[in-house]
Amino acid sequence: MDSKQLDMLKEIMEICFCLTDINLYLDTHPNDDRAVALHNTFSKKYKELTNMYSMKYGPLTNYDLSKYPWEYTKSPWPWEIEY
Amino acid sequence: MWIYEKKLQYPVRVDTCNPTLAAMILEQFGGPDGELSAGIRYLTQRWAMPTDQAKGILTDIGTEELAHWEIIGTIVWKLIKNVPIKDIEGTPLEAHYVNHGKSPFPHDASGYAWTATFIQSKDDPIANLHEDMASEQKARATYEYLINICDDPGVKDALRFLREREIVHFQRFGETLDIVQECLNSKKYY
Repeated sequence: MDSKQLDMLKEIMEICFCLTDINLYLDTHPNDDRAVALHNTFSKKYKELTNMYSMKYGPLTNYDLSKYPWEYTKSPWPWEIEY
Repeated sequence: MWIYEKKLQYPVRVDTCNPTLAAMILEQFGGPDGELSAGIRYLTQRWAMPTDQAKGILTDIGTEELAHWEIIGTIVWKLIKNVPIKDIEGTPLEAHYVNHGKSPFPHDASGYAWTATFIQSKDDPIANLHEDMASEQKARATYEYLINICDDPGVKDALRFLREREIVHFQRFGETLDIVQECLNSKKYY
């Protein structure tokens, strides 16, 4: 994995972590409107970035669009990457 | 249902080859207070939860625990994948090696296999949430012991991240307990 792809993947991981942490907070604080807004900001950013990433480097999930031949199994698995 | 995403929750950097450390880290792969126990415990307790917030927090923390389990497996794999067999001989990983080779396996640091007796689930949300809070504290303590014996800077960094998540989860389970208690107290039938 070249450094440009790794940088983008790490950015996706970072935003995904923000989403996870705010998700847990919102489960017990559903009426915090600032936290919902923050969640939505990260959610939009996450969708944009993952779309860009999968167009360029192949799908991150088995639900994404794939070119021929099947791309999902082609990219390195998470435990094989040197971060 | 679940969807797999081809990425770790946290980038795991491992700087050394260290079969002994790998054997100790397996504590959190298949030990009583490890990530597998946590994930199966929370995901199993969801059905008997009385409020939507409690069902949500158990689903979401349970799912995060499976991501942590993947991080632990990755640390173990990266610590041993390039170790020559002769360097495993005489280390605490040797007994693991003769059964599993270099594959991670869910047992604790002393080799005791994962079992469902490590967890509990009752049709009693108060009992369950107290177990969950205790399990987060026990996992936090285990991570501190692991950090104390760890001399690989990359692994230490990942262990610190996982330790912090135990504290956040403990906080969320405490809030969930308050919500559930309030719900149960308001349900009075005469």
